Amino acid sequence: MSGTSQSSRSPFLGAYALFAYLFLYFPIVVLIVYSFNGSGVGGFPPSGWTLDWYRQLFADASLWDTVLNSVIVAALAVAIALGLGLPAALALDRAQFPGKALFRRLVLLPLILPGIITGLSLLMLFVGVGMKLSLVTVILGHGTALISVATTEIFAGLQKMDRAQEEASLDLGANHWKTFWRITFPNLRVSLIAAALLIFTLSLDEIAVTFFLIGRDNTLPLEIWSRLRRGITPEINAISTLILLFSIATILIWYRLRTRTQLAGDVQTATALLPSSLEGET
Amino acid sequence: MSAASSSASDKRAPSEALLSIRKVEKQFAKRPVLRGISLEVASGEFLTILGESGSGKTTLLRLIAGFEQLDGGEIWMGGERLDKIPAYRRQVNTVFQSYAIFPHLSVFDNVAYGLRAKLVPRDEIPARVRQALAMVKISEFERSAPSRLSGGQQQRVALARALVNRPRVLLLDEPLSALDANLRRQMQIELKSLQREVGITFIFVTHDQEEAMALSDRIALLRAGRLEQVAEPREIYGCPKTAYAAQFIGQTNLLRAEVREGTATTGPIAWPSSEPPGPATFSLRPESIRLALSAQPAASSGATAQFQGQIKNQTFGGAMDLLEIDCGNSYLIRARVPSPGSLTGRQKFEFNASDAVRVLESSDT
Amino acid sequence: MYSRAYKSAVTIPPLLWVTFFLTAPYAILFCYSFWSVSPLQTIVHNWNLQNYAQLFRNPLYLTVLLRSIRIAGAVTLLALLLGYPLAYYLSFHAAKRKDLLYQLVIIPLWASYLVRGYAWKTILGSDGVLNGFLQYLHITHRPVEFFLYSPFAVILTLTHIYTPFTFLPIYASLEHVPRNLVEASHDLGASPFSTFLRVILPLSLPGILAGATFAFVLTLGDFLAPLLVGGPSGVMISNIVVSLFGAAYNWPLGAAISFCMLLLVVTLLLATERLEKRFTIS
Repeated sequence: MSGTSQSSRSPFLGAYALFAYLFLYFPIVVLIVYSFNGSGVGGFPPSGWTLDWYRQLFADASLWDTVLNSVIVAALAVAIALGLGLPAALALDRAQFPGKALFRRLVLLPLILPGIITGLSLLMLFVGVGMKLSLVTVILGHGTALISVATTEIFAGLQKMDRAQEEASLDLGANHWKTFWRITFPNLRVSLIAAALLIFTLSLDEIAVTFFLIGRDNTLPLEIWSRLRRGITPEINAISTLILLFSIATILIWYRLRTRTQLAGDVQTATALLPSSLEGET
Repeated sequence: MSAASSSASDKRAPSEALLSIRKVEKQFAKRPVLRGISLEVASGEFLTILGESGSGKTTLLRLIAGFEQLDGGEIWMGGERLDKIPAYRRQVNTVFQSYAIFPHLSVFDNVAYGLRAKLVPRDEIPARVRQALAMVKISEFERSAPSRLSGGQQQRVALARALVNRPRVLLLDEPLSALDANLRRQMQIELKSLQREVGITFIFVTHDQEEAMALSDRIALLRAGRLEQVAEPREIYGCPKTAYAAQFIGQTNLLRAEVREGTATTGPIAWPSSEPPGPATFSLRPESIRLALSAQPAASSGATAQFQGQIKNQTFGGAMDLLEIDCGNSYLIRARVPSPGSLTGRQKFEFNASDAVRVLESSDT
Repeated sequence: MYSRAYKSAVTIPPLLWVTFFLTAPYAILFCYSFWSVSPLQTIVHNWNLQNYAQLFRNPLYLTVLLRSIRIAGAVTLLALLLGYPLAYYLSFHAAKRKDLLYQLVIIPLWASYLVRGYAWKTILGSDGVLNGFLQYLHITHRPVEFFLYSPFAVILTLTHIYTPFTFLPIYASLEHVPRNLVEASHDLGASPFSTFLRVILPLSLPGILAGATFAFVLTLGDFLAPLLVGGPSGVMISNIVVSLFGAAYNWPLGAAISFCMLLLVVTLLLATERLEKRFTIS
């Protein structure tokens, strides 16, 4: 391509890109390094390598309770988001109904809307209908906010799918129900897995919406948050490192799945985030 | 044949009509795509729906398959109203332009798909699938994943997948358009013999007039949502009903002439004609024109017309050359003649008056 | 080709969910903003515009709002300055390493917000890594206090968090620039710089707009970074909302501010969408 002819003569741009990467990764590296630092968080240079903080972390039963809470929340948020994101993507792809444009905007809004607004308005709803704040409200909040992610992911999968396949199935005598399970669903399977991974990770890390909807039982990020107010300890570095490693692993799997199904996976991923990404296809 | 017999054949209903399309209307976003289409298709017939892109030919096919709903008219099959039945209960199968092979199923499972959907007894399925695969000569790929097949092989899978269900009508939506020229010709021959072998009615959609002529028992020429002419290939070529049909199917010279006292005249050309007096358009195929060997018209012929013209362009075409003849005042006539060697200057040409076929300017009039 | 029943089955469930969990909460938020709190700390449903009036009368709110907009503006600018060259480098110069480098941006995009915010806290703190480093090099002898708990810290942290969000749509739009246009420009004698200015930059404008919107909107609604690293001088508008919903217990006023934010976000989104369309050459 034309780019390759120039790739060798852009030392300045290359250096700038390197600087950008250093900026993106510097805090992450610091965080990880200090999780092994014997003399606690901060100070320079780090001194005394140790696994103490990880030992302390694994012995911290109250923290692991919150991990379990987070996993439960994330798993159920995935179920809600996929359960509604799948029909929502199908509806946006193939149904016409009054208010469709508004529906699309509403579904996608939490993708870009600051978490505080989603969290607050749901808080008022739950208080209004007399629901006690608990993990259930958190699950409903995460599920609702993340339908947007499920919808964009699955919609991208639908766009890529050859519509004639479903027609062929109907043509061969399978009704709509059979066609969905035998043709549409297998075609979307990778999109669904990718969406589930991303939603799981995002839910596991979510803090802005959770902040308003949490009851007595904390999720992991909220537990970390409340501990931060009491002061920072390398134990938090250690759990943060583990969270980070888990996120990186799921994100990389998610990315691989997407690129495997999408012709130009990177661009698809990117445009899926744009609010207008579902325009023009209706 | 004469123009009169051609218009009669349009109205001729095949004796045993299997599929009957009656005054079908279809709109997309209020834009009419099909306008009052009526067509009868006989059992065992190979019918081609021919038209440019946007003429509505694929829409007509999708209406028969059941992927679109009619906005007006009816479709009947074997005495039963077809258009009220959902796609999955119609005894009609489709070969898709994109083939639409299910990528997550093996070749065998693709072909078995329709049988399983219709709950054909389990023990019958393998034999029927293998028979269908053998019919299209891809038995060895039974266990393959579709992604490992070439375009031509996928094409065959698509055919087998449709035919295995023994549909009453097979719809083919430009199935050969993605193949290269050689494979395409080979598939045309196979498709035709396959159709004779199974005896199923084929409705074939294409924009390629040569393909249509090579394959079809009858051609239905569609233009902007209307049927321009429905006839056998020879007839539609020899006696096109309209100027559009004449131009779309093969090359032609459209002569916009004035008929007076039994003679049609256009520019420097005149020939005897039995058409009623007044303006009339004629189609004269380039290959109907030949070099005049003698200076005088053949003695016998009141029916032969002669004209002179300057050779403007000569395109070598193997056995036949295409000549562009300037008959004066930029009145251009194209002729296709057996390669005569290099021609220059003024030449004399002639044609049989009966080869100038009267055509309508458009089907609306 | 899809039956009415099919379309209803995919449309109605998400439509109902969205109505109940997104539309209704926003409507409740809207209602709350017209109510007030009695001295007995109960919500009084007497419809009035006092909350909105208070927003404009009380200089505290305006000061904080202006600060938030300034901070959001700064973050947007910095994220563009970092994100655009990075995206440009990846799209036009990265050649074979493109995929790897892209993943390296995607990871911090989705990886835990809290972890990254926390990392900056440990870096910028008075006994943090940066101060330790400066003292180690004898550049300073006492901890520099202004690193942490300042608007500077908020801007730095949020720039770090939202640069990948800005990068993504810019990269997508750069990838969509037809390479033959770039070749045509070179062919017509334009230098690489002039090609960039006259061809690539205008064609990537939709991506810039989308990226800037992401950074601006998400920063404006952020309340976690100010709590983590902002201190009193880094307080942003969302922090006021949080306190109104917490200790200050004035939900109606909080709702009024939130609703203004919601309105601002939606207006911004619609404006960018319109601009995006105008600059998108199909």
